[in-house]
Amino acid sequence: MPVRVLVAKPGLDGHDRGAKLVARTLRDAGFEVIYLGIRQRPESIAAVALQEDVEIVGLSLLSGAHVALTQKTAEALRAAGADDVLLVVGGTIPRRDVPRLEAAGAAAVYPTGTPLETLVDSLRALSGTLQTSS
Amino acid sequence: MDPTVSSESGIPLAPSYGPADLPPAESIPPPGVFPFTRGNFPDGYRGRPWTIRQYSGFGTAEESNERYRYLLGQGATGLSVAFDLPTQCGYDSDHPDVEEEVGRVGVAIDTLADAEILFGQIPLDAISTSFTINGTAAIILAFYVAVGEKQGVDRAKLRGTIQNDILKEYVSRGTWIWPPRPSLRLIADTIEFCADEIPRFNAISVAGAHFRDAGANAAQEMAFTLMDGMTYCEEVVRRGRMTIDQFAPQVSFFFYTHGDFFEEIAKYRAGRRRWARIVRERFGAKDDRSCMFRVGCVAGGASLHAPQARNNIVRVAYEALASVLGGVQSMFTAAWDEPFAIPSEDSATLALRTQQVLAHETGVTRVADPLGGSYFVEALTDAVEGRVVEIMDDLERVGGMVKAIEDGYLQRLISEEAFRVEQAMRSAERSIVGVNKFRVDEDQPEIDGYELDEKGRTRQLERLAEVKRSRSAVDVRTTLSALATAADRDDDNLMPYLVDCAKAYCTVGEMVDVLKERWGEFQQPVVF
Repeated sequence: MPVRVLVAKPGLDGHDRGAKLVARTLRDAGFEVIYLGIRQRPESIAAVALQEDVEIVGLSLLSGAHVALTQKTAEALRAAGADDVLLVVGGTIPRRDVPRLEAAGAAAVYPTGTPLETLVDSLRALSGTLQTSS
Repeated sequence: MDPTVSSESGIPLAPSYGPADLPPAESIPPPGVFPFTRGNFPDGYRGRPWTIRQYSGFGTAEESNERYRYLLGQGATGLSVAFDLPTQCGYDSDHPDVEEEVGRVGVAIDTLADAEILFGQIPLDAISTSFTINGTAAIILAFYVAVGEKQGVDRAKLRGTIQNDILKEYVSRGTWIWPPRPSLRLIADTIEFCADEIPRFNAISVAGAHFRDAGANAAQEMAFTLMDGMTYCEEVVRRGRMTIDQFAPQVSFFFYTHGDFFEEIAKYRAGRRRWARIVRERFGAKDDRSCMFRVGCVAGGASLHAPQARNNIVRVAYEALASVLGGVQSMFTAAWDEPFAIPSEDSATLALRTQQVLAHETGVTRVADPLGGSYFVEALTDAVEGRVVEIMDDLERVGGMVKAIEDGYLQRLISEEAFRVEQAMRSAERSIVGVNKFRVDEDQPEIDGYELDEKGRTRQLERLAEVKRSRSAVDVRTTLSALATAADRDDDNLMPYLVDCAKAYCTVGEMVDVLKERWGEFQQPVVF
């Protein structure tokens, strides 16, 4: 069974080059990818995550609002009863914010400059732990 | 010809060029002569240096005002205002869905009160201001006119540019509000209003830059942008209230300059020539000024990289040089730390100095179009123009820009190219120093980028609440309802109504919502 991943951009930031590249790269790497598009509310992301039964939700953020929006998405996932979904975050993220994102509920953070191979390997490893634990 | 050697947009390149590669002399007349391949002015930058215009604006109106006065004091010659995303998308700062984005990537503007502070102690008749604003461009223009009035500056003396280019927002930048058709009407309204009342203000800056940053190559960037420009001109001409010569001189353009040095130079030269011909041949312009392609640019963007980030300083300098050799009218040089955060004051100042060294030390401003007549540059200009024409023909075949956007066709072209470039970088077919060549192990640098001050948001919310308390509720109701009525009449121009709303201290969100009720919202096609 391919791992199902939801890729979305929360908030108002419309720069989606990275999100689309990630979506396509993951698809080519054998993941089943749902790309939700830009300007998504955390509640909608959680609802789709639940409905589509995804294992991983990937957020892409270039606006600087990553900490608050990651927090909100994590909360929305919990509220929707989807707390087993892994949340990962990528984008324009300064190093100092990585621990803040992890504290907000991100299982992994991929700042600007992360090679796509690294991202794919990391998601494979994460989904592997998920499958063995469930 | 070795097919493996080509420009970044895939134009095959010969090992060298000679006299046989030159186009006929009549297609490259001297600078200042139609079709302006060699520049808009006979004396190039001698008479008019390019405008050094650094994009900035953050947090609150007070902070942004302080940064503007600092930049003007350091020799910047124009302002460029960055707005936060709620302002760009038409939400007020107190909207519950946007709290974390208030004052984040630019300044929050809710009402005229914010605009008054933003331009405090800056004489609007002495500077030119560029606004990166699209969905809410007409509203911000209304604020600028109203601030001018408060300063006692006549509309006719205001100088600047609103980006006001919604078509590319649907494809790449994402700050859309209403669907394309009513948005085109509002843009045509601003173009007519500027032509009638603010003759020194550019009503639109048709922006290819965001196509480029989303993944388009140089030829696509130019082709998509010219198509957008044509779409806006057609909309105004179709309404029949204005001829092309009445408004075309107030249409300007905006691009990214990326790393392929000669292709970028050729892109600007080809764009100038193609636009001149479109305006004269397709729209029947009689005035040469209508045919001039006025261009601003950014050096940086997606051509900058995170690994060995200081290398970006060098990239930006080369890109700035290419832009000037291509004959741009204004430029923003990006700061090296942009891949990580909003630039610090240090990195922003260094970016400004990069242009100042170019303008004042290198001598590139002394002679117009110094590369004119170069076998290679002229041949490449022709080749880029040829490619641009092919792409434009293809878009006409699929039904024009609005159709291509609604169908997701344009979005797909751009994602395909972005993916191709990413693969070329991963395979090192395209060399990037520090990324796929000469790599080192390094940690991401600690940068002292701008940190949002939470107090700024609180102050913004307090000011908005105060404005709502102190304004006249009757004036708000009356002006908004007049706007609504005018919106229902296709033959009315909405700008004067928006100026009235601005003066009554209506909020951006209130004006946007009135139009949303009538026009609905854009539904994005999701393509990757």
